[in-house]
Amino acid sequence: MSNPTLVMYEEEFQEVNDVIERLLNEANAKVIFLVDKNGQLISGVGETERFDTTSLASLTAGNIAATGGLAKLIGEKEFSILFHEGEKDNLHISIVGGRVILVVLFDNRSSLGLVRLRVKKSSEELSAIFEKLMKKSEEREKKGSSDFPFAEITDDDIDNLFS
Amino acid sequence: MSFINYASREINCKIVYYGPGLCGKTTNLQYIYQKTAADAKGKMISLATETERTLFFDFLPLSLGEIRGFKTRFHLYTVPGQVFYDASRKLILKGVDGVVFVADSQEERIDANIESLENLRMNLKEQGYDLDKLPYIVQYNKRDLPGIMSVEELSRELNPTNVPEFEACATTGEGVFETLKAVAKLILIDLKKGR
Repeated sequence: MSNPTLVMYEEEFQEVNDVIERLLNEANAKVIFLVDKNGQLISGVGETERFDTTSLASLTAGNIAATGGLAKLIGEKEFSILFHEGEKDNLHISIVGGRVILVVLFDNRSSLGLVRLRVKKSSEELSAIFEKLMKKSEEREKKGSSDFPFAEITDDDIDNLFS
Repeated sequence: MSFINYASREINCKIVYYGPGLCGKTTNLQYIYQKTAADAKGKMISLATETERTLFFDFLPLSLGEIRGFKTRFHLYTVPGQVFYDASRKLILKGVDGVVFVADSQEERIDANIESLENLRMNLKEQGYDLDKLPYIVQYNKRDLPGIMSVEELSRELNPTNVPEFEACATTGEGVFETLKAVAKLILIDLKKGR
């Protein structure tokens, strides 16, 4: 397969959440989401219950994929930052470490300049965490680690899902 | 590419419905959406033109329940079937875990089916996937219409590798869940042995 499965462990999940919680405060944002480039929601902080997070993740990834396609057409590698301005709320979307998408939703209590500045700093921290995560899952895979929950499932387990 | 989250104990997988224009990909998803309990589904999103043709994709998140304490979620996507939307189709195949090819059973659509299937194979290859190694199901849709080809003929043309195949009528729902279950099962089996 071209892409390995993305695996998130407890430890890194906590680290990621710490970084985006801090970003939420420092950037005065309403909500922050981290989304995998394939559209899977990794984590979210802030007023997440007000939003349909699954749809938001899928559309963000679609958006990044479409603008990525546009970028390639004009000879760019990708557009690493997207900004959507609304009447009240705005979206700042950026690519972190080439594989995850950071979505910051903010209103007039913050500003684009502040968000950009804070996002830049947090992106570096997030990049490092995801790099560590990739290494960790590669190593575990090499070792043939047994903590994979699906290694021992039976056909009955699968059939039960559909009963 | 599935996403396994040990922290929230979730496994997410992506299924893509592929096929020629107007073969019934969106109708498959709409039927699944209608017949799924509210707590097991998310909102269905359709990025469509004013004439209800898929422009970018349809999206439907489903949760199937738990396996060994892990919540199992499937994200269902359709591609735009019309030939000229090829750039968009490629994007949606990124990170796919399983594919359903929805074929239009009508005689006059056989060329469109073959073209779309070749397009699927090529677009997957560009992303580094091999259709023969992916969880993959073929659905012969519109079995209720007149002027359709027999399953044997369709199978010969569209399913030379003999993957699981289903007859369906997506408007009434016949075969829709059978197809979904079959692909979901293949994905889970793949996850199990892929490690």
